[in-house]
Amino acid sequence: MEVIGYMIHRSEMVQRLFLEHLWLIVVSVGIAILVGVFLGVLISYFKFLASPVLTICQVLMTVPSIAMLGLLLPFFGIGFQTGVIALILYSLLPIVRNTYSGIAEIDQAIIESARGMGMKDYRILFRVKLPLAFPVIMAGIRTATVMVVGIGAIAAYVGAGGLGELIFNGISRTNPPMIITGAIFVSIIAVAFDLLLGWAERAKTIKY
Amino acid sequence: MKKENIKLLAVTVAIFVTGLVMVYYVMENPTDSMVERMLSRENIWRAFREHLVIVGVSMAGALAVGIPGGILLSRPRFYYIGKVFENIVNIGQTVPSLAILALFYTILGLGFNTAVFAIWLYSILPILRNTFAGITSISDEVIESARGMGMTGRRILTRIELPLAAPIITAGIRTAIVINVGTATLATFIGAGGLGDLIVTGLSIRRNMIIITGAGLSALLAILLDFWIGQIKLRLVKW
Repeated sequence: MEVIGYMIHRSEMVQRLFLEHLWLIVVSVGIAILVGVFLGVLISYFKFLASPVLTICQVLMTVPSIAMLGLLLPFFGIGFQTGVIALILYSLLPIVRNTYSGIAEIDQAIIESARGMGMKDYRILFRVKLPLAFPVIMAGIRTATVMVVGIGAIAAYVGAGGLGELIFNGISRTNPPMIITGAIFVSIIAVAFDLLLGWAERAKTIKY
Repeated sequence: MKKENIKLLAVTVAIFVTGLVMVYYVMENPTDSMVERMLSRENIWRAFREHLVIVGVSMAGALAVGIPGGILLSRPRFYYIGKVFENIVNIGQTVPSLAILALFYTILGLGFNTAVFAIWLYSILPILRNTFAGITSISDEVIESARGMGMTGRRILTRIELPLAAPIITAGIRTAIVINVGTATLATFIGAGGLGDLIVTGLSIRRNMIIITGAGLSALLAILLDFWIGQIKLRLVKW
């Protein structure tokens, strides 16, 4: 009850932080998709780069998130940009790995026949490879997004804003309703993105 | 010595040396007196020890519950309960770690025990799910033929199901341990100490050296544990 009272009483602030959190996620996942798919496609052409790039991404993901934020802070300062950069680095691995394996798993015969039909390399990429790899890439984006929602909450500690502010401020003021509000809304965003992207993934898969 | 053993040894030694060199460097060359006091040997060791205890206790507990729990749920008579559990676990895993810690803080209060409990609960999820998924993904024919050879249920479990599911189970343990070490750095926010202490202190008094020491050590720990589990997995798969 106390929690609902708090939510209603502070609805304006909660709403603002909610939107801030969404914005943080959309910006970082958006950039991560561009960079990650590009890298994934690149290493699918230059196979010798695959292993080092994937290893680097793997190691980046192993670094604890508050540690990553702490390491980036001296270089990028307090604020939104540090949060976004950390979130991009974290979401790279699932996207790069899935793009790469999605393209690598395509039957060679399909690519051969596309070539036989006289398609140029870039047309094969956009008309054959990427559409076929789409479900796998989408699964990577889903993993990345759900993870980034959680790390976005931690990014509030370096001033990136978002619902994490409610959790951190709630802890330092010993204000349980505030903490619970933050935690619940972050969880809602994460579960919602998971369901939404899972649905997008299946919808696209069935069509083929 | 075999090639993979050399790799195991080399990476382990490299990570240890990097950590020790880093600690030695920051202890010998503090930028000012505040850093010097914060990064004394006792302080670093205390934070590291607390971190290890949080990770060790919660991980051991998660293994002790997750694997037997997964095995139990994979028994045919619990199959539907297992499916329901799988969905609950999937949603539970979607909930961010900071949210879990914060929610348990509001229920159980500040302190070490709360952190260990929350992290324990959070690390059970991947282990439980992968154990269940690994065992149930084994095709029925394999189990049938084992039964046809006269194996009892217990022997089927230890000789057929667990070895076949081992790669998936270790993948779950690997996920759990990375999440575990990462979440343990957040334990400082609910007063449980650990390497997060150094990072957060460094952030609040704006001393990069302290931040980098805490962040570097926890990152090295996560990388090392992840690498070890990965090596175990490689050896299992080869079998």
